[in-house]
Amino acid sequence: MPLFDEIIAADHKVEPRDEMPEAYRQTLIRQIAQHAHSEIIGMQPEGIWITRAPTLKRKAILMAKVQDEAGHGLYLYSAAETLGVSRNELMERLHEGRQKYSSIFNYPTLTWGDIGAIGWLVDGAAITNQLMLARCSYGPYARAMVKICKEESFHQRQGFEIMLTLSKGTPEQRAMAQDSLDRWWWPSLMMFGPHDAESTHSEQSTAWKIKRVSNDRLRQEFIDMTVPQAEFLGLTVPDPELRWNEQTNHYDTGPIDWDEFWAVVKGNGPLNRQRIDHKIAVWEENAWVRKAAEAYAAKHMVPQG
Amino acid sequence: MPYEVHTAPGDDPQPEGPRATDYGWPLWEVFVRARRGLSHVHAGSLHAADAETALESARDVYTRRSEGVSIWVIPSAQIVASDPDDADILFDSDKPYRHPTFYDIPDEIGHM
Repeated sequence: MPLFDEIIAADHKVEPRDEMPEAYRQTLIRQIAQHAHSEIIGMQPEGIWITRAPTLKRKAILMAKVQDEAGHGLYLYSAAETLGVSRNELMERLHEGRQKYSSIFNYPTLTWGDIGAIGWLVDGAAITNQLMLARCSYGPYARAMVKICKEESFHQRQGFEIMLTLSKGTPEQRAMAQDSLDRWWWPSLMMFGPHDAESTHSEQSTAWKIKRVSNDRLRQEFIDMTVPQAEFLGLTVPDPELRWNEQTNHYDTGPIDWDEFWAVVKGNGPLNRQRIDHKIAVWEENAWVRKAAEAYAAKHMVPQG
Repeated sequence: MPYEVHTAPGDDPQPEGPRATDYGWPLWEVFVRARRGLSHVHAGSLHAADAETALESARDVYTRRSEGVSIWVIPSAQIVASDPDDADILFDSDKPYRHPTFYDIPDEIGHM
């Protein structure tokens, strides 16, 4: 069997039955599980708009999108399980707060414009990160990312289309689009995490080729891609210091409010409590469905092997 | 959607404890035939109480965009796999004379 260090050095993929350092395994379990939790919790801010979508077409699209998020969660839980952890255990860790999910979902979706902004900005930021993760060293995670990125592209485009429709609409609709951009811009930039100098776990993850591009570089890539799109929409990015820098060929930006970022990470965002309470309530309310399925399976069990 | 979750300083992750395999519903491997003329190819895995619900879930989880025309599911526990430690013995003994390029055919013969 090739040694772990040789696999990493040769830029090959580590597969579930390969020997790997325990710390690598634990890092991946945590990262993949939290990625999965994010997909699952991420259904909440969008799910509540299904009954309030402005047209039947938008409603069908939003249902498909929320169903995709569930699917993404399931691909990722499966990938985490290849590392020798059970699905139930991961669920318990989420419910008990021992594992987290992306802080972005602790912000509320107040208007239909927020559904546009989430697809365009939040999914846009997610794609930037996930394209990198599709090249990560752990095979099952990388493969899940490839499939997710393909599907995520629909999410981003439908979000931009919502913003485009609003920005071409009535003054009220334009104002709604601007308000959504105002509220989602900074939290979207925070999704990439602390500045490289303050990013505590990045160095080891980079050495293991789980992480291949730094937080700040990914964030800059996202900003450079998104600012012209905002201009196309005729909307104003809520950063008075935003400037194109001809020397660097990148946008310069104002400072990120890291106090807000850490407050939300530590559980003090607008909706941290509601999100997890809802998740637990649904899990408990649906316990009878799981039990019924198990009882049915036991009754109709065909002997195997 | 996302994705990367950030840890607050002083909130370092604890070790994840013993590896467990307990779950009420068994794990199934899903194979999808993309279209007629192609083999079923491994698409991923999922938990389901029985074969019937495994098939239904496989449809929802792995073929939301017409990725297939046929699905197989099989209990993961039923798969017998080669040992990674045997890979050298099993796969590293390629004999070059099994391949067509091993043989020099004169140009006059043309394509063979």
